[in-house]
Amino acid sequence: MELKDKLVSSFPAIGDGADTRSTLHRIRIEAMKQFEYKGFPSKKEEEWKYTSLNALLKSDYSLFPEGKNKLDLEDVKRYFIHDIDSYRLTFVDGRYDEELSDMAHEGFDISLMSTAIENPEYREVIERYFNKTVNAKDSLTSLNTAFLKEGVFVRIPKGKLIGKPIQILHFSTGNGEALMLQPRNLIVVSENAQVQFIERHQSLSDHEVLTNSVTEIFAEKRAVVDYYKIQNDKLKASLIDNTYISQEGESNVSVHTFSFGGKLTRNNLNFYHRGERIESTLKGVTILGEKQHVDHHTLVNHAFPNCESHQDYKGIYADRSTGVFNGKVIVEREAQKTNAFQQNNNILLDDRATVNTKPQLEIFADDVKCSHGCTIGQLDDEALFYLRSRGIPTKEAKALMMYAFANNVLESVRIPEVKVRINKLIAKKLGVDMGFDGE
Amino acid sequence: MLKIQNLQAGVEGREILKGIDLEVNAGEVHAIMGPNGSGKSTLSSVIAGKEEYEVSGGQILFEGEDIDELAAEERAHKGIFLSFQYPVEIPGVSVTNFMRTAINETRKARGLEEMPANEMLKKIREKSELLEIDRNFLSRSLNEGFSGGEKKRNEIFQMAMLEPKLAILDETDSGLDIDALRIVSNGVNKLRSKDNAVIVITHYQRLLDYIVPDFVHVLLDGKIVKSGTAELAHELEEKGYDWIKQEKVSN
Ligand SMILES: Nc1ncnc2c1ncn2[C@@H]1O[C@H](COP(=O)(O)OP(=O)(O)OP(=O)(O)O)[C@@H](O)[C@H]1O
Ligand SMILES: [Mg+2]
Repeated sequence: MELKDKLVSSFPAIGDGADTRSTLHRIRIEAMKQFEYKGFPSKKEEEWKYTSLNALLKSDYSLFPEGKNKLDLEDVKRYFIHDIDSYRLTFVDGRYDEELSDMAHEGFDISLMSTAIENPEYREVIERYFNKTVNAKDSLTSLNTAFLKEGVFVRIPKGKLIGKPIQILHFSTGNGEALMLQPRNLIVVSENAQVQFIERHQSLSDHEVLTNSVTEIFAEKRAVVDYYKIQNDKLKASLIDNTYISQEGESNVSVHTFSFGGKLTRNNLNFYHRGERIESTLKGVTILGEKQHVDHHTLVNHAFPNCESHQDYKGIYADRSTGVFNGKVIVEREAQKTNAFQQNNNILLDDRATVNTKPQLEIFADDVKCSHGCTIGQLDDEALFYLRSRGIPTKEAKALMMYAFANNVLESVRIPEVKVRINKLIAKKLGVDMGFDGE
Repeated sequence: MLKIQNLQAGVEGREILKGIDLEVNAGEVHAIMGPNGSGKSTLSSVIAGKEEYEVSGGQILFEGEDIDELAAEERAHKGIFLSFQYPVEIPGVSVTNFMRTAINETRKARGLEEMPANEMLKKIREKSELLEIDRNFLSRSLNEGFSGGEKKRNEIFQMAMLEPKLAILDETDSGLDIDALRIVSNGVNKLRSKDNAVIVITHYQRLLDYIVPDFVHVLLDGKIVKSGTAELAHELEEKGYDWIKQEKVSN
């Protein structure tokens, strides 16, 4: 059976026991209709021109894995940023794992999505925020909405500064079969509140894993949110990440995406402005090899005056890896004094590696500063010889140059332990052991 | 220390060095002069191991060993240093980080432990003072946005840090103001000893007032056509190269 048909015929199961009159139920039914109508995106669609899901759709995924494997904290600890104090929410094969988690908290809401949608206490907030930022026409988002089951719900009350980052980890063990996971997160950060997230998807099995994740973030007035996505999954694991961010006046949201692993990764990162003097930061480091593929699709919708957005994506592609950067910036007529900056630089280490980079600027206001630039190049031989002539071996010299190339993206990382971890992952990915101190 | 015999090298089938003989012993300073395009930088690059150039004949012996097969980094590990005519900008790598990596990689290759951090800092302080380099400078990206003179001074700072046996200074004087020329030359002289050697490539006699050569060679169209003492540099300053070209023709 085709995956689409399988999903369509499994849909009723997800509604079991749900209140069929609820708003949520209506949203799901609508979403399912949308997915049924559109199906999975194909390369015929402009937005999916360079990323084909075809190969992924052939596997026979288990949609509702039975039971779950028990994991030992010691075995999986290395996938966490474990040298900091943090809140941890861990899911194994889509289900919450209490033993691997640490949620003890007070003064704000952090709970499971399943709890949030069932608990009457949260009905109001769910109805107010759930599915409100998403692109309802997007079929993968719709699919996720229809299959809403589990994920993270976080609500930070006004003025609260959360001192410890919140780590969200999804492990898949596979249980001997291919697995499809669809986590759904909702994050509401109220006025003047601040919080940081670290998210990671990690397969522990040798089977195919397809994750179709949706995260909605609401940053209200003057809220500050930093989100770090560490993508270093196995070669049989694929991720479609749909992140929607709604920002109110004077809020500041940054998303850093570190893509080093996985078979296919598609990041749909969307920022919508709902007030003035907003700051949005979108940064990424991508280092790929073999036949890996990463597609960064970003959107920043400037709808109000005096806002800023900074995009900086660096990519290093070896072997037959492929990359896409599609950065769309819309500056609406009202959005005067917008300052939108976009940069995408790529290094191809191999003749067989390719990257497609496409800035899309749609500017309807006249008093704006928008800049964009993209480059695709090789490592500079002159520079390489210069480093080598000082005694730095070729491999290390290349790594140093690539590291330097990617490094300015790390400058804006505000959690030092995350920076250290990323430095290590970069060094590992580049195959060197150097005393990078990441200045 | 360095013995070059009948060296022929070129690029993409074009011959640039057409049979060079040069012998440099420990403790000596040799100056190489010659018109633009005569092959001075090519010779330096070939000695330093730039693969772009193909050696089609002859050999380079360093401390008795044929270095033809050695990679640029291996030559550096053996103690060969090239101060570039055009130092390359490396964005994102600070001068300090770069030096630390270069020194430790060199030590590693020589079977030594990494240099302890405090020793490294002390050395950096010492050598930057010797060359009157501002501390802020050391945390900047290597050569990025450096002025011409700053780049050259930075090259000699690197030389001071790495303490090579053989230093080749390719037009290190060009771009330096009068004070900087004195500081840089002084730096080079401080590093001279009976155990190391220097090859200075220059167009101007002025540098040779500071770094006094034992021998001066004239490179013309890929060949050393004349060698002499420091006196030869004065003669060239006065008369240019034409008389040598003519001398060569009449021979
Ligand atoms: N990579 C290269 N490709 C093509 N030609 C080259 C290359 N390197 C050097 N040449 C040529 O070889 C000749 C010698 O160049 P080289 O840079 O060695 O001269 P030079 O003596 O250092 O000159 P200058 O005094 O101007 O620095 C020149 O004609 C130059 O154009
Ligand atoms: Mg030259």
